[in-house]
Amino acid sequence: MLKLDIDPKLKTRARTAAARIAGSFAWLFDDYSSLAIERTVLRLMGIDGALEDGKPLPNVVVDHLQAKNALLRGAAIPVANAMLSRGLNAQDVAEAVGRGELDLSELPEAPPEQVYKVLDKLSTQMLRHIRGQREERDKLFAEYGPRRVPAIYVIVATGNIYEDAVQAKAAATEGADIIAVIRSTAQSLLDYVPYGATTVGFGGTFATQENFRIMRAALDEVSEQQKRYISLTNYASGLCMPEIAAMGAMERLDLMLNDAMYGILFRDINPKRTLLDQYFSRMVNAYAGIEIQTGEDNYLTTSDAIEKAYTVTASQLLNEQFALLSGVKPEKMGLGHAYEIDPEQENSFSYELAHALLTKELFPDSPVKYMPPTKFASGNIFKTHLMDAMFNFVGQLTHQGVQLLGMMTEAIHTPHLADRSLAIENAQYIFKAVKDLGDNLSLAPNSFVNRRAGEVLREAVEFLEMVAEDGLFKAMERGEFADIKRPENGGKGLEGVFRKDAQYFNPFLDKMKQELGL
Amino acid sequence: MSKNNIIRPYGDTSGDGKMQLSFSLPVPPDAFGKEAARLLLERIGFESVEITCLRDLREGYTHFIAYAVTSASVDTSKIKVKVVETPVMDMEATDAYISEHIGRKLTVVGACIESDAHTVGIDAIMNMKGYNHRFGLERYQMFNAINMGAQVPSEDLLARARKEKADVILVSQVVTQKNIHIKNLTRLIELAEAERLRDKMLFICGGPRISHELAIELGYDAGFGTGSYSTDVASFIAITLAARAVKA
Repeated sequence: MLKLDIDPKLKTRARTAAARIAGSFAWLFDDYSSLAIERTVLRLMGIDGALEDGKPLPNVVVDHLQAKNALLRGAAIPVANAMLSRGLNAQDVAEAVGRGELDLSELPEAPPEQVYKVLDKLSTQMLRHIRGQREERDKLFAEYGPRRVPAIYVIVATGNIYEDAVQAKAAATEGADIIAVIRSTAQSLLDYVPYGATTVGFGGTFATQENFRIMRAALDEVSEQQKRYISLTNYASGLCMPEIAAMGAMERLDLMLNDAMYGILFRDINPKRTLLDQYFSRMVNAYAGIEIQTGEDNYLTTSDAIEKAYTVTASQLLNEQFALLSGVKPEKMGLGHAYEIDPEQENSFSYELAHALLTKELFPDSPVKYMPPTKFASGNIFKTHLMDAMFNFVGQLTHQGVQLLGMMTEAIHTPHLADRSLAIENAQYIFKAVKDLGDNLSLAPNSFVNRRAGEVLREAVEFLEMVAEDGLFKAMERGEFADIKRPENGGKGLEGVFRKDAQYFNPFLDKMKQELGL
Repeated sequence: MSKNNIIRPYGDTSGDGKMQLSFSLPVPPDAFGKEAARLLLERIGFESVEITCLRDLREGYTHFIAYAVTSASVDTSKIKVKVVETPVMDMEATDAYISEHIGRKLTVVGACIESDAHTVGIDAIMNMKGYNHRFGLERYQMFNAINMGAQVPSEDLLARARKEKADVILVSQVVTQKNIHIKNLTRLIELAEAERLRDKMLFICGGPRISHELAIELGYDAGFGTGSYSTDVASFIAITLAARAVKA
């Protein structure tokens, strides 16, 4: 059995430091909310749709409340109050606000117990629906059997959801287990979620609730034909992180890219906004049984994959601790890493093996998300195909949870239909060829792979202990993560963070916390 | 050049015209589909078409791998290409060259503009670390390199360049779906012209689908495609600006 010899004391130190860092944000999680969180609450209360100019109703209502200085107790109470006062449902209230016919700040206040009763009913209804989706997924997995390990994960990205559906069905029929619909490149910085089915996007397709529905239906069709449950994933990241998590929960997405720090470092979104939004979105994911996936691969595409290997480990440990705070179970934490070492590096494969084994060693229950070579993928599609084969080899040998397949045309364009098919063929061949090889091998005690893994963990521990001492925000401000400096009060979206007042109420947060035992 | 400048693809015999092809069609993977693929290649002008592989892509599509012979040829004596012609120097030589011929630090403002969120190109050229054993412009003594990162609106890039009195604007475009890179690059140049900045600095673009020729056509001073390094860009900037300084 291929297994590392790692000092258990180092593992304990790593987790202790990471827990200290994540645990220092109670003030933020307990006392603050964000515009995105309030929009999520409205979506969960059943508000959907958009004005003619495309502005979604959840944004209309939250912006209205903010403009009237009436958001500090959350969006749920004023909307419920209007429902009682006018005898409308939540959607009607939002539409009336959208038409400019209703000012939520000027209505008489209904007795609090009536307001709470309305919210209790709405939240019970929605949480029942989300639980239903979770049970449906569990039922289908029980019927068709569990996902293969590593699961075959491919992306579609035509920009047109209907064309995406055709490509996704083709890929799933050929053997893909998980389909990701890549988002249009600018979406992470939009402070709203577009509405309805979309047919134009750049480098990807907009994440909208209707698009989720269309793709889920297409994959359900293939699941039934193939007698294999095909999972769907999208990106709960950017300025609408919790809204997208909620939409995914409602439409039975199965995985969500959801990193605690990615938005801060790689999208320049404000650190407080990001941590706050990830806290609530992960709770939604946890409640819905959605497997989260984290974005550690990004550290390696921007920095050297050997020199900065420890940043992947450190980020995995932090993502784990933040996820635990939101109630995500280890078996639903798809922590990330990547095969990004320069192919000119001698023994690059041994390094990759060490890094991949270290991730499995630290997170044995995690369906680890393993990302393919991208940085050294080139216009030489033949060589890239070969690198992808080596990547697939490590993935199966070390039993990573999810193999995000590399495409030989990675450096050229969003994958063509045939590129995706060749990638699946590559993975299926390698996975079959080396299926149980790992069980027959073991590492020499003081071998390079063992030493290298120990070295990376040691560097990660020292780094995390330093960050725990200084505080995460201070460390980010100094550029300790990915060499990018991110000040606590810089970046996009800070104006969307507010301190809750004493009457603040978010029925979903409270109920989910209770049910998740938080 | 030899007197015979006519060339054809080379398989394993001089002038055999053999080419390797791979493409997909919306046809089933059967005799009918195979014939469709063969006819298509003949329509293009290929002869001796051999479809060596049909792969079922499902949902009614098939992937073909084929070998075929072309009688097309190219007269190499008539080829004209626009390429960046400045010699390439390493970092130390470029720094020395700028000190000697310009005598001050050059300011380069770079960004991945508009919808493009992929910083891999601009980072490879600008960031300290660089790419494939070539340090980025930040590491050079004689460059003041400002990397604004991804999804920077053209307006913001120009405003920053004006504020910093930039010598060079460096733009990366990685996403090329539906030719979005052409639209973005055109927009930047049009704005620069409207703001009278176009002639005040060098405009350089780069990305996997950008060639020097395309860059010139779009109104840029230079374009760098796949396989370009910081050293290529830095040398071009140093030599071009030194030549301009002499003229001025």
